[in-house]
Amino acid sequence: MTLLFRRHGWPLGVAMLLIVAFWIIVQVVLPQILMIDFSFRPNLLPSEIGGPKDAYTLRNYETLWANDVHFAIFVKTIAASAVVTLLTLVVCYPIAFHLAYELKGPKAARLMLVLVIPFWINEILRTFAWYIVLAYAGPLNALLVGIGVLDEPMRFLDGNGGVMVGMVYAYLLFMVFPLYNAIESLDPAQVEAARDLGASWGRIHRRVIIPHAKPGIATGCIMVFMLAAGSYAVPALLGSPNSRWFTEIIYNWFFEGGNWNQGAAYAFILLLLCVGFIFAMMRLFRVSLGELTR
Amino acid sequence: MTAAVEIDHVTQRFGDFTAVHDASLTIEAGEFFSFLGPSGCGKTTLLRLVSGFMDPTEGRIAIGGKDMRGIGPNKRPTAMIFQNLALFPLMSVAENIAFGLEVRGLGKAERRRRADELLDLIALPGQGDKKVSELSGGQRQRVAIARALAVEPAVLLLDEPLSALDLKLRQHMRAELRAIQKRTGVTFIYITHDQGEALAMSDRVAVMRAGHIEQVASPTELYDRPATGFVAGFVGETNRIAGRLLQGAAGYGVLETAFGPLSARFDGSDGSGHALYVRPERLSLGDAGTGNRLKATLDSSAFEGAHLLVSARLGDGSPLVVQVPNAGQPFTVAPGQDFTVSFTADDAIILAGEG
Amino acid sequence: MNNRTSPLMRAYLLVFLLYLFLPLLIMGLATFNDSRFPTITPWNAFTLKWFDALFADGKMWEALWSSFVIGLGVVVLAVPTGVSAALLLQSVHRRTRTVLYGVMVSPLLTPGVIIGISTLIFWRERFGIGGGPLLTIIAQASFISGYVMLMVAARLERFDRTLEEAALDLGATQGTVFRRITLPYLAPSLIAAAFLAFLQSFENYNTTMFVRGVDTTLTVYIASKVRTGVTPAVNALGLILIGLTILGALFHELRRRKASPA
Repeated sequence: MTLLFRRHGWPLGVAMLLIVAFWIIVQVVLPQILMIDFSFRPNLLPSEIGGPKDAYTLRNYETLWANDVHFAIFVKTIAASAVVTLLTLVVCYPIAFHLAYELKGPKAARLMLVLVIPFWINEILRTFAWYIVLAYAGPLNALLVGIGVLDEPMRFLDGNGGVMVGMVYAYLLFMVFPLYNAIESLDPAQVEAARDLGASWGRIHRRVIIPHAKPGIATGCIMVFMLAAGSYAVPALLGSPNSRWFTEIIYNWFFEGGNWNQGAAYAFILLLLCVGFIFAMMRLFRVSLGELTR
Repeated sequence: MTAAVEIDHVTQRFGDFTAVHDASLTIEAGEFFSFLGPSGCGKTTLLRLVSGFMDPTEGRIAIGGKDMRGIGPNKRPTAMIFQNLALFPLMSVAENIAFGLEVRGLGKAERRRRADELLDLIALPGQGDKKVSELSGGQRQRVAIARALAVEPAVLLLDEPLSALDLKLRQHMRAELRAIQKRTGVTFIYITHDQGEALAMSDRVAVMRAGHIEQVASPTELYDRPATGFVAGFVGETNRIAGRLLQGAAGYGVLETAFGPLSARFDGSDGSGHALYVRPERLSLGDAGTGNRLKATLDSSAFEGAHLLVSARLGDGSPLVVQVPNAGQPFTVAPGQDFTVSFTADDAIILAGEG
Repeated sequence: MNNRTSPLMRAYLLVFLLYLFLPLLIMGLATFNDSRFPTITPWNAFTLKWFDALFADGKMWEALWSSFVIGLGVVVLAVPTGVSAALLLQSVHRRTRTVLYGVMVSPLLTPGVIIGISTLIFWRERFGIGGGPLLTIIAQASFISGYVMLMVAARLERFDRTLEEAALDLGATQGTVFRRITLPYLAPSLIAAAFLAFLQSFENYNTTMFVRGVDTTLTVYIASKVRTGVTPAVNALGLILIGLTILGALFHELRRRKASPA
């Protein structure tokens, strides 16, 4: 710390310390701690605070197990997010491979730029674009009915399907980049050696490329899962009362149910889910925390 | 402006490591003083202590008689030329030179005037508006010097400034630096690992090794009368012959060696591991009859124009280098053949400690 | 290298790019269709009336203003925070640095709803301050400062510290060194970070939904319009935003290419 003052002097050093302290303590750490603390307290009227009812309790957490609807939605959110993650992985892998292995130099940079452009656009707008595409009277239905695949239009926006497709679309880039970085770091000579020894492309992917890309796969999956599970915008736009997302329930506890403590508990459960997924991924792919940090 | 620099029992420690060990010396005002030694000997540390980037763990540093402890580099009457020059890339040449003046609140016109003066001094007239990146290595070197001189320091500190230049440029810059120092009278403290540089430019040199100052003397004294075996070996070429001290008196001593007793200058210092040091140019071919004699077997000889460099081996296999002036006579010894060299007691010196 | 790419891969790439851009194209085209519900099937007639509807929408302008003010506030808070954090990280011991870095980066990985919720609870319970523009700025800055820090730190890594020493040596005070040497060097990354911070704030939804109180940002407005009474006026807004984004990106890319011709 003295190094800071030696380098920048006292006035500047103190200013910097205060700003960063405000950020870390007031904006990041304390709110998190308070949220967790809040989740273990019952929902009290202002007059009851500090009184006999103000004691730590697990009641808010029990609510999730007790409420069948909420629990079902929670489980569905996990399952659907996992499916989204898997789908995104499958969709993005060939692109990442093509970008990293088959293209070199300016061509790769150009394709990269093209891929990134949609992602400069607001997530809400991109999701809205799918809203139009998937609409009952929309172009996708018109196309499918027109070429005879469907007899009559499908309600894509009623149910989880639409939401999941929208999520895959929204979070693509977060899978492409880690995959690309991981595959790019593979020494092409390894692939050449495998081909030289007679391996088929399927085997090469399975035995050479994918094992090397494990940290990238893990990172991508973590990012997409966390974005999907914690997504509020996509289910809001593309969902229906049949396909509520866990985040929507959390929102309702705050702004319709008026029970912030309950909401905090659900939020903490969501956080634990994400953290748990990170550790599960690390175990599954046998990668350490250091390897994940891109 | 010029001032003397006192280094008074200065020790610098970094955790367990002692970079400078109880150094004491005084650099006179207006002197061109060099610290010479291999990497890691502590010379850079001393320079940073004098410039004010750190205060010594123990001891005192005074400039112009004033104790500098607690006084930061921006408040000391020193200016430093960094090894990588550290010219400000986003400023022009003139802005670089005038930076110290800008900091002192000089007006724009005055700064421009002084910058132009200095540009003339360093032989880069009219180049003030160029960007630093447009200049060559030697030109950038000179801008760094001008920038430091602009603040009229009492002491100029130079951190191996010529190490990145090619040979020709280095030799040219040596003369330039010497000339600038003489002209401005500023005390120069110069650090280098190149002994040729130190000897060529300095009034006095301090030879350092592993945090200790081995000797402080003028270049000729270092060369002719080295105080330790390390100095004898580091400054210039030398031949070293180990032995046991037989006797020593009145400035001369006798060393019992594998080749018989040899006599040389000796200052009477105690210690173990005495050895005799004689420079290649002080050995004469042939048996002179009196004085010291050595028999050697020729390995090879190299014609270097003004002299012949002869590499040979003594009886026990240790190397012997002889520098024979080109006086017109041919060197008739063939490789593998034996020959004799002679030297007087005044040509050699006996010193304690390893080489 | 083209002989490496099988026709199957080429086909996949084409489908992928279509998948990426077609929805956006459809959304853009639907702006000009004279149909109450935004779509291109059936195509009724070409019209520009939805732009008029958009510009006449007072609530939209209010939301735009709100987004602008909040974005500016986030830039004012996040850029100095990120710069201070990047400089601070350079001046601490290695172990402290790792821990600090982890804490600073954690909001970037935390789901936006959690950041919103924790900020809302904290300020309402501890200071009695409820949702609104101020809270939105604070909540958004908690993770946007992290982005700023990363960008500045990357540039700072290649900074030659001896330049600061040289300036000190020539007599400058530490404040002057910071102002004349360090900040000018960091300036390009500061400008880029400011833009990024503004854009990130502008498009934020998950966190904003929890801390906005009764205020509405443009992104929130778009989402609410989609759920309650969507018309192609939303498409018009989307098209304008997309146009601005692409222009901005092209401008940035051209500037980058001019600066370092490679």
